[in-house]
Amino acid sequence: MAEPQKSETTEQPGKRPILPFLKLEPSPHLVGSKCGNCGAVFLDLKRVACSKCGATNQFTQIPLSNKGNVWVFSVIHQSFPGIKTPYITAIVDLPEGVSVKSTLVDIDPDELQKNPKMAFGMQVEMVANVVSKDRQGNEVVAFQYRPIRN
Amino acid sequence: MRNVYVLGTGMIKFGRYPDKSVPELGSDAALMAIKDAGVSIQDVELFASGNLFQANAMIGQRILQQIGQTGIPVINVSNACATGSTAFREAYMAVASGMYDVTMAVGVEQMGKQGLLGGGGGGSDPAYATEGRLGSGLMPAVFGQAGVEHMRKYGTTLEHFAKISVKSHKHATKNPYSQYRNEVTLEDVLNARMVAFPNTLYMCCPTGDGAAAAILVSEDKLKQFANGRKRPRVAASILTSDPYTERDLTLPDVSTLTRRAAKKAYETAGIGPQDVSLTELHDCFATAELVHYENLGLCGDGEAGKFIDEGGGMHPGLGGKSPVNVSGGLLSKGHPLGATGVANICEVVWHLTEDDRAKERQVPNAKVGMAHVIGLGSACTIHLLTV
Repeated sequence: MAEPQKSETTEQPGKRPILPFLKLEPSPHLVGSKCGNCGAVFLDLKRVACSKCGATNQFTQIPLSNKGNVWVFSVIHQSFPGIKTPYITAIVDLPEGVSVKSTLVDIDPDELQKNPKMAFGMQVEMVANVVSKDRQGNEVVAFQYRPIRN
Repeated sequence: MRNVYVLGTGMIKFGRYPDKSVPELGSDAALMAIKDAGVSIQDVELFASGNLFQANAMIGQRILQQIGQTGIPVINVSNACATGSTAFREAYMAVASGMYDVTMAVGVEQMGKQGLLGGGGGGSDPAYATEGRLGSGLMPAVFGQAGVEHMRKYGTTLEHFAKISVKSHKHATKNPYSQYRNEVTLEDVLNARMVAFPNTLYMCCPTGDGAAAAILVSEDKLKQFANGRKRPRVAASILTSDPYTERDLTLPDVSTLTRRAAKKAYETAGIGPQDVSLTELHDCFATAELVHYENLGLCGDGEAGKFIDEGGGMHPGLGGKSPVNVSGGLLSKGHPLGATGVANICEVVWHLTEDDRAKERQVPNAKVGMAHVIGLGSACTIHLLTV
């Protein structure tokens, strides 16, 4: 009788990105898909076509900057059970012509609500934070943003 | 395209009906509309049924299994918050095209005390859920940010958003179909607990149950059934989806598709925003209402704050102008998702026909009504009705 084939990989638990467009090596950074025809950048790595111009088979994967500017934000006080509030959600514009959504850290939510203008155009940088552990024991890494303090 | 008229309407009071099923709620509204129209189910030739949370459960057929299995074509429609209005549009197009003379649209939803919508991610392992880790995908977050965007561009204040909530709650006191009918003061709104900045609790619509229905007819059938009663014509029925915009990928852009729909609606009807007697627009949050004043052309870009300060959106009976959401809006009347789009049209019809169901809040001399809905994801409908 033949040996039963191993279905599980023997890979040791390590770090895993929360979403596919976050790459952890060589250092944490985001990647996007750029349309070779019109230049639109998307955050999904597999695309059927460009939703801006319709071109197919034109995509190349490009690295995205770790620095960007806050466009808008909200402070979330009510969320799903088990999620700690308040937290700041923000839309961060990246220089490659695409925006990402994530949590702003290292800012006091109360202060931001009292003075929302401080966020507009704020320069931020990406930080890779471990946010959970998956069923295989891997640490799940998320990309979040913090202010660049001069 | 042929002229299409709204012959009859029906709506149940929005609220919570834990002892009723979705088909029952829809049937109640359908029978009201059929009675109001003065037709029978035997006269209805096509039925478009809008429901979101049970979109795979053949709600339209199950309504007919309650009120009359006549074997007519049934379309089950699902289009996020624009579900009901998209169903109305299907019924409209069926008559406008000349294929049918009498059609019915029903929008129905049962949400119970379901809480926040949106968010999620993560697939089968919650360790990969994104809510709170990669910002927020919750509806309050999306519309909070739409408000913050307006603050950023034009210096809009929290008081501007709060005033919308005060206005809509005041309107709702005159609407027996409204889920909530309590008045709130500016202080109440500003001091209520924050849900998602800048929207406090009273600036967020509730969840709930509801149903609304309409019977649409061709000109010939109008002559046959109206018996001299005034019935509005559907002067424009527009549906758009979200065009590519850079930030729409991460922050749903609720403005661009509304602006496109408004432009097309006004062109189709041959009128402008200054001709609109009343508007029912998609105020799922107070911030949404404010940005839609500009998106629908009720005021100029950047002028929404001034519009509010000068009584814009308020019922003329309360000293306002360009009345918006005299029903109480989604903020007070409620937002049972699939029902909302048809209910907005009911409200507009009642004002245009001086129906007793809008008696206490009648907009005087109403000739043109606008009903606007946004479904996130995204879909936008605008209907212009005229008498």
